[in-house]
Amino acid sequence: MKSQSLISSLNPANEPDSLDSFERAEIDASTKLPVLLFFGSAIFWLLVGSVLGLVSAWKMTHPGLLDGEAWLTFGRLRPAHLNTVIYGWASAAGIGVGIWLTARLCRVVLMHSKLLIAAAIFWNLGVFVGILGILAGDSRSIEWLEFPGYATPILFVSYAFIGIWTIIMFRYRRPGHVYVSQWYLFAAFLWFPWLYATANILLTWQPIQGSAQAAVNWWFAHNVLGLWFAPIGLASAYYMIPKVIGRPVHSYYLSILGFWSLALFYSWNGMHHLIGGPFPAWMVSASVVASIMMFIPVVTVAINHHMTMRGHFGALKWSPTLRFTVFGAMTYTLVSLQGSSMAIPSWNTFIHFTDHTIGHAHLGLYGFFTMIMFGAIYYIVPRLVGWEWPSANMIRWHFWLSAVGISIMVIALTIGGILQGFAFYDPTVSFRSSLDYATPFRIVRGLSGFLLLGGHIVFAVLFTQMVLRIGQIKEGPALFAKPSESQKEGVAV
Amino acid sequence: MNRLPLIFLGVFLTFASSWVGLVAYPYLTLGQMQPLPDEDTGGYFPPSMPGLAVAGQSVYASSGCVYCHSQQVRLAPLSTDIQKGLGPRQTVARDYLRAQPAFLGTMRTGPDLSNIGVRQPDANWHHQHLYEPKTVTDWSVMPSFRFLYKMQKIEGQPSDDAVKGLRGPHAPPPGYEVVPTDDATALVAYLLSLKRNFPLPESPEPKLE
Repeated sequence: MKSQSLISSLNPANEPDSLDSFERAEIDASTKLPVLLFFGSAIFWLLVGSVLGLVSAWKMTHPGLLDGEAWLTFGRLRPAHLNTVIYGWASAAGIGVGIWLTARLCRVVLMHSKLLIAAAIFWNLGVFVGILGILAGDSRSIEWLEFPGYATPILFVSYAFIGIWTIIMFRYRRPGHVYVSQWYLFAAFLWFPWLYATANILLTWQPIQGSAQAAVNWWFAHNVLGLWFAPIGLASAYYMIPKVIGRPVHSYYLSILGFWSLALFYSWNGMHHLIGGPFPAWMVSASVVASIMMFIPVVTVAINHHMTMRGHFGALKWSPTLRFTVFGAMTYTLVSLQGSSMAIPSWNTFIHFTDHTIGHAHLGLYGFFTMIMFGAIYYIVPRLVGWEWPSANMIRWHFWLSAVGISIMVIALTIGGILQGFAFYDPTVSFRSSLDYATPFRIVRGLSGFLLLGGHIVFAVLFTQMVLRIGQIKEGPALFAKPSESQKEGVAV
Repeated sequence: MNRLPLIFLGVFLTFASSWVGLVAYPYLTLGQMQPLPDEDTGGYFPPSMPGLAVAGQSVYASSGCVYCHSQQVRLAPLSTDIQKGLGPRQTVARDYLRAQPAFLGTMRTGPDLSNIGVRQPDANWHHQHLYEPKTVTDWSVMPSFRFLYKMQKIEGQPSDDAVKGLRGPHAPPPGYEVVPTDDATALVAYLLSLKRNFPLPESPEPKLE
């Protein structure tokens, strides 16, 4: 163990890493099958979802594309895209990362892996049945909850297994410090089933009446982002950034503030999707206030991550994990501040119903969450399969295709959406103009989709090579560049 | 923060607060709202939906119309929905009592449909438009819903419900006709039922300058 100063020994954020490298490798190995199952299926759904998204995007400017068939109509492909990427890709990747982090941070060998393997099978079955249900015309057309009532119970079964497993792992964890990533994971794994159960009971199984549905709908949809994806993404960033650069998180107290303010404010955000809608004013106002208050957790986390990284930004040159993770963490700050501003009523009513919101959603789910998942997968998989990524060049392609692709997409939709907003607001401008304004930007968005799909294909090829252990035996990890000796010290790539 | 029970309690309470405020409260208020009796006619506001329109609502859901068409009219001065002719007044909770689900919508890639039954009361127009949107609006980006229609040979007299006015490349070949399926008939009945122009005390019609 390294010698520490008196101050840093007393700092609760620093604690003796009680695992030696042998124990750590043993824990990693125990997570192999379930984590690879979740990652592998997630990447499969990512490819499916990208194609569905791409076709939907081009249909918005070229309605004649693949039309005339019920299952290929825009109104089914679009929800199929959304649900594929939300449940098939993002949730499954997040669960995979969550399982691995939980085992590492509980500091025990993964127990009852059969529960997780069953969960992975049920999860994929649920997504598969759900997507087919949407394409077959059984969609409920409630955004983020389109899966028909016969698909969601399958996801519940899967989720129940994961929940039971999480509780077992926490019970048998090695005593000691509970790291910040664990708070987030613990909360996310508790919040999600509650959210999903409430929304499915009140909207799909025993639907409630009238506009109360929309309130529950957006309470759910925004909390899936805020209380499921965001905590998992932050848990991963809080783990990967310090790990790669080899220094502890800047401030333990900022971590606490960030966590509790997120829990309190994010859960109240949903009604900002319904400003001007048929609801009591106080509900909308409460959500607007909560959305603005999101400044606190967001800025807190941003400062904490930035101060942790300070002096180590050079590591972005060589570490794939860090580059994806930091891209995601910075986007989290950007997308959250944008989200807070979008809740201001006068601006909200202006850009509501436009592509602006679609840009914002992709910035969050892709720029932030998906990029962080990519970074985590680049870190985790070599530790599971005992093989190094075969090509740093291909990782570089993946990074730039994804980073440039999502940037072009978000910029195009953001600007196009504002122009659409002008057309909707000005009573002298015809409806047709709103389409004319949006169309060129939608075409650019369609083109950016090809970049993202390209990046995902590269990623899928790399992952397949890893699982099958194809390629040359490498001495060290696949890095973008050679780190200088001083940087490499105490570093886990 | 090493005490899991405390973390659990905090995580539970913060989330429960929003569950009470944004789920339980609307369930107990908006979810239990009743239609208003109309003393002049003995009917109700909003009027009950014909059975065919209820069936059409499901076609609307399964076809995903909501991804391009909103159904809400917001109030001035934050929005100009009323000046733009989307409806005579703001839509309020009572307007959606019979909607299952309530298709408030989040996009206006196509026009708002809160009052499409008022703006376009002609069933044949809707059939023409659904079969091939470009026959009524040449710049439309709406997809064709011709899978809701049957092209069939005319046996004797043309069918009463055959879609009229299909011209140019979208016209059926001579001796053939386009007839709506039950789904198309139901969907149009639903669209024609979309009228949020009845008076409600909680949403007076604003005076426009």
